[in-house]
Amino acid sequence: MNGWVGTILRVDLAAKTIKKEPLNLKDARDYVGGRGLGTKYFCDEVDPKVEPLSPENKLIFMSGPLTGTGAASAGRYEVVAKAPLTGTIGAANSGGYFGPELKYAGYDGIIFENSSDSPVYLYINDDIVEIRDANNLWGKTVNEATDMLNGECGESFKVSCIGPTGENGCLFSGIINDKHRAAGRGGLGAVMGSKKLKALAVRGTGSVNVARPEKFMDAIVDARAKLKAHPVGGAGLPAYGSNVLVNIINESGGLPVSNWRDGAYFPDAAAIGGESLAEKYLVKNKGCFGCSISCARVTRVPDGPFKSSGEGPEYEAAWAYGADCGVSDLAAICKANFLCNEYGMDPITLGSTIACAMELSEMGAIPESDIGFKLKFGDPQAIVDLTEAVGKNEGFGKILALGSYRLAEKYGHPELSMSVKKQEMPAYDARAIQGIGLEYATSNRGGCHVRGYVISPEVLGVPFKVDPLVTEGKAGLLKLFQDLTALIDSLGICLFTTFGLGLPEIASQYREAIGSNESDEEILLKGERIWNLEKHFNIAAGVEKDTLPPRLLREKLPEGAAEGRVSELYEMLSEYYELRGWDNEGVPTPDKVEALGIKL
Amino acid sequence: MSKQLIVNPEKCVSCRTCELMCSFGHHNTFNPRLSAVTVINYEAAMTSVPVMCMQCEEAACMKVCPVGAISQDGNGAFVMDPDKCIVCKMCMSACPLGNISFSPITKKMFKCDLCGGDPKCAKYCPSNAIQFIDPAESPGRKKAVAERFKDVFGEVVTE
Repeated sequence: MNGWVGTILRVDLAAKTIKKEPLNLKDARDYVGGRGLGTKYFCDEVDPKVEPLSPENKLIFMSGPLTGTGAASAGRYEVVAKAPLTGTIGAANSGGYFGPELKYAGYDGIIFENSSDSPVYLYINDDIVEIRDANNLWGKTVNEATDMLNGECGESFKVSCIGPTGENGCLFSGIINDKHRAAGRGGLGAVMGSKKLKALAVRGTGSVNVARPEKFMDAIVDARAKLKAHPVGGAGLPAYGSNVLVNIINESGGLPVSNWRDGAYFPDAAAIGGESLAEKYLVKNKGCFGCSISCARVTRVPDGPFKSSGEGPEYEAAWAYGADCGVSDLAAICKANFLCNEYGMDPITLGSTIACAMELSEMGAIPESDIGFKLKFGDPQAIVDLTEAVGKNEGFGKILALGSYRLAEKYGHPELSMSVKKQEMPAYDARAIQGIGLEYATSNRGGCHVRGYVISPEVLGVPFKVDPLVTEGKAGLLKLFQDLTALIDSLGICLFTTFGLGLPEIASQYREAIGSNESDEEILLKGERIWNLEKHFNIAAGVEKDTLPPRLLREKLPEGAAEGRVSELYEMLSEYYELRGWDNEGVPTPDKVEALGIKL
Repeated sequence: MSKQLIVNPEKCVSCRTCELMCSFGHHNTFNPRLSAVTVINYEAAMTSVPVMCMQCEEAACMKVCPVGAISQDGNGAFVMDPDKCIVCKMCMSACPLGNISFSPITKKMFKCDLCGGDPKCAKYCPSNAIQFIDPAESPGRKKAVAERFKDVFGEVVTE
């Protein structure tokens, strides 16, 4: 077997059985791996109407055919389940070292079925796979649980686990591997917690082979060289991490402030950006497995009230806790972000949910007694204290743990949740950057930037520059980005490789790894197939229609490069559906489904 | 031969690209356990160290080998002759740096051979944590120390 390693583990957590199945090679060819193949297995086996936190939901870990090879930045795995936050297909991926280790142990993926009645973890040591007791791990933070498992199993084991918030059903709890890398969005940690599955500990000593070693070496050397030579992939991200974006997006007038209420220009942006992080708290850069970008930041706040250490924050976390909460204290942002990793939470959703609570509190919609203090924008202590409260499932934290939509609905203002399909939109204002609004509205997992990162052309000029303020041409651009991203997420490589690589380089690595002679276009078509399968699942699940929060459609930006603008979503949406071959309601037509070879 | 493998742990980003390229270069497969270089991560100290054979001039592995399977090649690398090697593993015990390995997969001993004079770990290291250089031509560390002296004593003089 080349690229893939050929075996899927099927683990029934109720019956406590473990089966090794041969990889479905036909599906692997059609849906690649990772996000695509995980979704294909999921859609074949699970009713779209399933209650996300019930035993009938399945939880699938899936690597890609490039995971663990020397392809550029190929250290990723995907987790797929129906997401409790959104009710959509949930798919979130993560880097670090866990995914490659799973493949070296001999498994492309793991399908977890049903729920255990007491806490367990999955032990994988090459051929030895066991469901083990995890009562002593239950309630532990990510760091504690990882250290305990490394003590129990051995130092060389790689651990993926949930924190206490996954156990407590927090709707934006993530799955964290190698302590700091997260399959963060949509609440997949809560699905894992509902199954009483605390962790996976993996050690693998096997190999990942490729079909044409010499040509594969040429392809990866070419890809790595191009990535290194690129101003973003080879310079900007290595120097400042993803948080290099704060100042860039702010200058474009697209950094949303105070729950998107106060426009999209944050005067204190420089204080929370990657340059400040490098100057004040950066210890060193870190890379995920096989990655030359090394965008991860090992950081330490050495003293003061927010003394702490860990990794991050990424750009979106720095924005959510920073500009979106009106906070310019980078030490507090670092601490809140570290707490998210410790307790196993998505900082985009939590930061945004706190921002929403701040607005509701300032307008008097939340009684002070519910929160316990007068919550206002700009309070650095509040973001840390409320993050801790959600982590410990205490007081007002129990309400915040449901995300901004359920919070805002409870207090009578659902329109103030800055979310799409109940998932919070990240750090790019759709009024200043029109294409990203179409992405938020159409993303198959709710408000999300990494399903079609058109920020690249709209703001960064990668691979070419387009005007962020126009709507023309955005539908086609987004479709291309969404399809390519579905492919990338399925291969097991990092989306950041697009800061240097295009379809030709990515397709070439895939071809030489698995031994395929498919054209670039045929390979990209797999991405479109994956996108349509996800969409089909969401329709069958009854997910709400594609739109944006009313604030973005009605409230004009008060200042900056996009002064006076709103999102012109509906100028783009029908063209997008047409380009996708969908009907006016955004439903894939039978012809399209058949043309893509999707068997429903 | 004057080039040496030089390790700069402060530059290492723990990406383990060196392990991937080493195993692929020697075995045509991706497997960190078949790599002659290993990155060891120290989380609390926030540092990681790539460890590999430093090609000791007084090579204990060569001295202890009972069948003369280890010899120095023209690039300065101490290399193993798989036809002579009887896999007694004495070299593994003798190496003071722990840089000779036994592969349970191939049932053979393996160590760094400098890839015939162009070591892939250094060639593909994205952060220059591993370099293959002539130390005399690259006085980087001497200069760094000298600059610290300059900073300390330079101030005294200018006062």
